[in-house]
Amino acid sequence: MGGSTNQPSPAPAPAPAPAPSAPAPNVDTGESMFSSLSLKNMKLKTKQQEVLIRVSILGLVYILAFITRLFSVLRYESMIHEFDPYFNYRTTLYLTEKGFYEFWNWFDSESWYPLGRIIGGTLYPGLMVTASLIYWTLRFLRFAVHIREVCVLTAPFFASNTTIVAYFFGKEIWDSGAGLVAAALIAICPGYISRSVAGSYDNEGVAIFALVLTFYLFVKAVNTGSLSWSLASAFGYFYMVSAWGGYVFIINLIPLYVLVLLITGRFSMRLYIAYNCMYVLGSLLAMQIQFVGFQHVQSGEHMAAMGVFFLMQVVYFLGWVKHLLRDTKLFQFFLRFTVTCSIGVGALALGAGMASGYISPWTGRFYSLLDPTYAKDFIPIIASVSEHQPTAWSSFMFDFHILLILFPAGLYFCFKKLSDTTIFIVMYGLTSMYFASVMVRLILVATPAMCLISAIAVSATIKNLTSLIRTKSRSLLSGSGKTSGSTKGSSKNSLDQSPPFGKNVAIALLVGAFYLLSRYAIHCTWVTSEAYSSPSIVLAARGANGGRVIFDDYREAYFWLRQNTPPDAKVMSWWDYGYQITAMGNRTVIVDNNTWNNTHIATVGRAMASEEDEAYEIMRSLDVDYVLVVFGGVTGYSSDDINKFLWMVRIGGGVYPVIKEPDYLVNGEYRIDQGAAPKMLNSLMYKLCYYRFGELTTEYGKPPGYDRARGVEIGNKDVQLEHLEEAFTTSNWIVRIYKVKPPSNRPKVIKPPRNRL
Amino acid sequence: MEDLPKLRVALVFSILLIFLSSSISSSSLQDIQIVNAERRIDLSSHIIRVYLTLKVENTGASPASEILVAFPPTQVENIATVKGAATAGKRKKKTYVPLTVTPTTLPDAPDGVQFYSVALLNPLKSGETVTVEVLYVLTRSLEPFPEEISQSEPQLVYFRDSAIILSPYHVKEQTTFVKIPSNKVESFTRVEPTNRAGTEIKYGQYDNRTPYSYSPILVHFENNSPFSVVEELVREVEISHWGSLQITEHYTLAHAGARHKGVFSRVEYQSRPSISGVSSFKQLLARLPPRVHSVYYRDGIGNISTSHLRTSNSKSELEIEPRYPLFGGWKATFVIGYGLPLEDFLFESADGKRYLNFTFGCPLVNTVVDKFTMKVVLPEGSKDPSAVVSFPVEQHLETSYSYLDVVGRTVVVLEKKNVVPEHGIPFQVYYNFNPIFMLAEPFMLVSVFFLFFVACVTYLHMDISIRKS
Repeated sequence: MGGSTNQPSPAPAPAPAPAPSAPAPNVDTGESMFSSLSLKNMKLKTKQQEVLIRVSILGLVYILAFITRLFSVLRYESMIHEFDPYFNYRTTLYLTEKGFYEFWNWFDSESWYPLGRIIGGTLYPGLMVTASLIYWTLRFLRFAVHIREVCVLTAPFFASNTTIVAYFFGKEIWDSGAGLVAAALIAICPGYISRSVAGSYDNEGVAIFALVLTFYLFVKAVNTGSLSWSLASAFGYFYMVSAWGGYVFIINLIPLYVLVLLITGRFSMRLYIAYNCMYVLGSLLAMQIQFVGFQHVQSGEHMAAMGVFFLMQVVYFLGWVKHLLRDTKLFQFFLRFTVTCSIGVGALALGAGMASGYISPWTGRFYSLLDPTYAKDFIPIIASVSEHQPTAWSSFMFDFHILLILFPAGLYFCFKKLSDTTIFIVMYGLTSMYFASVMVRLILVATPAMCLISAIAVSATIKNLTSLIRTKSRSLLSGSGKTSGSTKGSSKNSLDQSPPFGKNVAIALLVGAFYLLSRYAIHCTWVTSEAYSSPSIVLAARGANGGRVIFDDYREAYFWLRQNTPPDAKVMSWWDYGYQITAMGNRTVIVDNNTWNNTHIATVGRAMASEEDEAYEIMRSLDVDYVLVVFGGVTGYSSDDINKFLWMVRIGGGVYPVIKEPDYLVNGEYRIDQGAAPKMLNSLMYKLCYYRFGELTTEYGKPPGYDRARGVEIGNKDVQLEHLEEAFTTSNWIVRIYKVKPPSNRPKVIKPPRNRL
Repeated sequence: MEDLPKLRVALVFSILLIFLSSSISSSSLQDIQIVNAERRIDLSSHIIRVYLTLKVENTGASPASEILVAFPPTQVENIATVKGAATAGKRKKKTYVPLTVTPTTLPDAPDGVQFYSVALLNPLKSGETVTVEVLYVLTRSLEPFPEEISQSEPQLVYFRDSAIILSPYHVKEQTTFVKIPSNKVESFTRVEPTNRAGTEIKYGQYDNRTPYSYSPILVHFENNSPFSVVEELVREVEISHWGSLQITEHYTLAHAGARHKGVFSRVEYQSRPSISGVSSFKQLLARLPPRVHSVYYRDGIGNISTSHLRTSNSKSELEIEPRYPLFGGWKATFVIGYGLPLEDFLFESADGKRYLNFTFGCPLVNTVVDKFTMKVVLPEGSKDPSAVVSFPVEQHLETSYSYLDVVGRTVVVLEKKNVVPEHGIPFQVYYNFNPIFMLAEPFMLVSVFFLFFVACVTYLHMDISIRKS
């Protein structure tokens, strides 16, 4: 696959004429000689011109990928977004302050109270180490940057790097034109931008870079059969493993690819070298990551790779035996024997491993990927996360735009020119498309494949069209034999048949293609600006007079916690806010976004769903000092705890059967007004959200206690709290913090049991 | 009443003082007597300003060059500044000439009494009189009582002092006026004659008091002014000879009044602002120099959006709101930063040295700073720094590194405890600087890029493959 150039060079380049050695007989001829020489020099540089154009396009794409992700920084400020990035930021801060070994051995007592969390052993350190390395390098070069700025800009920086990798990948699959288009497409593709805007300091930010890099290096290794490329791909894989749990996709896709190549009879020495080196070294390297450990040999998700590894040895062995045995009959027998044996041994080993528990079964997340309905039925905690929902068509359109149309076209071109590499990209595209349709967040994984395959479609189409136009004009102008030669050279990939209406149609199609691409660019910019560039910590709304109103309540509450509560205070909130409380509030939380302990989360869910007395017992047993709830009734902020409440009930009920979802519903309907279920009205969450809300008039012309997020008047306006007291409520009521009172000195007189409705 | 023992101790102490004072016999002290003393204590905010007007007469034979002002041990820790001025002329044409004030000790003074000596302009000859004005500022001298209040309660504070001015001299006539912010007074000690008229309590006139007379008083009154105390303030001024001065101020702000107790109810706070949280504050005003630019206001977790900047030709005012209203005992930390044009603050002295002329103290209005650190970051390559401050501060040098620094920048660090708005006066930092150093960093950048391109060019022109082509 040579890098064929975009423009066919019009003339074969002559050898450079040595200018000084040509003596000028007289002035006039000297001048003409000079001009002809310079012209020749210009012609000489056509290839260099092409390089120059290519490099400058790449440079521009590199810059574009970076700056298009800066909307949020310009519109808000240089800050960390969302939820998970706050944890990453906090750990990075710890890493830069305490050093690597402290970080590696960090036991965090500030989260999952009273269990704690072994941070070093339960995270993918790639992102933090990367950011710290950048930070230390900049510090070494005496750039007085703050670690926050480094963290904020890490994702855009890696997005820029991804474009470069995408270029080389595209060049490897198709040609440098496709590479350039791929780089440009991926630079602004919303599916990728959604996870890599400035401030979105998440694993995915560097992981997509690592993913594309690993695939590229592996494809390169398969193409060349070179040990150095496969070694590089092993290191790419190592980086990917260190950065994101999505590495499982690589370790399953590559074996699958190898298997497909084996089945289609494309087994080669190159593949053997590439896969074995990559698998063995990659696995060994991956074991260095504490969180991954021996999963490569022990977990069900990684068994496919191992199986393919052994299969490959068997195939190679068979090939060797076949080479030795000239007798086909004997070989047939031997083949049957070996295949039976190896399958038997493999199945036996797998069975024994599974039975003895040495090989762990698949995890819930993996199951839910293969069976989209699995999580809904069995693991509410996975199903409750919005980014784990199945993808809607609209979000495909939103994130991919014209790539959705170009993707099949690209597949067509790939199948038309089938090779080891195109098979890879086709498989990558198809599998990742499947995963993307199972889970919203996996659109991210599909994005590079979409961009690459679409780039092939765009590049091949445009190349065909331009070559058509050029051929016509050439033949019209000169019609010499040279042109046909060049046409043949350039339209290597073009369709064989001539287009029905010739040049004009080609021009129209070209214009159409450019129109589509420009629509894509406009759409991407619009999506980035409107949908993916809000930090979600700071909420912005349009005020009555058109000005921007900022609700900075989250930070107000977290900063209040940080400054005005005892340093060892324990805060109970729904797990969504755990990372933010520890990072910004610097206080211990009961549960956080690392949802590793379902029971613990269910306990919190149960406390929120119980009546105050019962909840008080639970909170006492968890040493809770403060309870934090998020409430949008005043501002109309809809992703608050009341709207998440049913998930708390479901997750709580999943572990504690005393909590039953139907108790909180009225005829299957979730209500908070007068007709709400009594359990709902008496639940801790309801009370904490609506405490003294009944006195407040939120909207003109509405009764007091009108909930703007749900558009109803609340059912219980006289909420009385017995064991908790209001400690702080932010200016727009979005975050409310309650203090858990110590038990009264004198035990209360035991009341007769209340009549439950 | 838990303050009764304190009162008793103070009484015993004062009797002791009176007893002691009779035994002191210092010739110079005996020679001076105060004909008339008037003291005005202003309690309207948490920074207590006391204006003392002393009419001094020299009754001895030798001329006196200084007068002493005494402070009881209870106030020693809280004195932020003492200023003296000599007055000349009558009512309308009164002029003030500042006098130097230095802390001193007396050999046989009562334990713990701190003296400040006010140096007179001209030695006071025998029989002459002079009028001296002394202003001293006390911080953290209002003790909230009750110590904890709920959201709906006003803040009541104690103020302790003596009805009779503590002085090493014989005082013929004296009066003390105590000004309180409102006419809500719970109680005050009476030392007859004592009068209260509205927001003013008058003690005296007392005649012919012997040296070191003391008569403790206690005023218990309502004070809802913001008790804004900056526990620590680090102001960093970075000089760039490219034309700007970058100031970064790190604040640790606290409400030092009565601690907040129990519930904070947002409904109450929003709907009844006049009776709910009256002692809390949510706004602060920072007075910044004119022509201020690129102002930011942020804290450890990001930008704080509630601030307004008003600029005019003579001054800039930055109105900042912490993220939440500050109730008693609540804290907030934040950073204010801004840039200033260099030509307003950096000058060249006659001997070729450059000097920065900048204001000391805290830009926040009516705020006490417990621990104040001023850091002046001089440009890289500057030499012989020296600071000139008109009051005693602790000084030392540091080195800091900023963008592209190789040898580091010299930082002049000035530290002072208990800083009040009266300390907001200019100070100077002198240093030598060769302008050629300004070009060091651009030159470094240029050469790095140059080397990079040269390396690229050589790489492209070199064949480093080991195969023969």
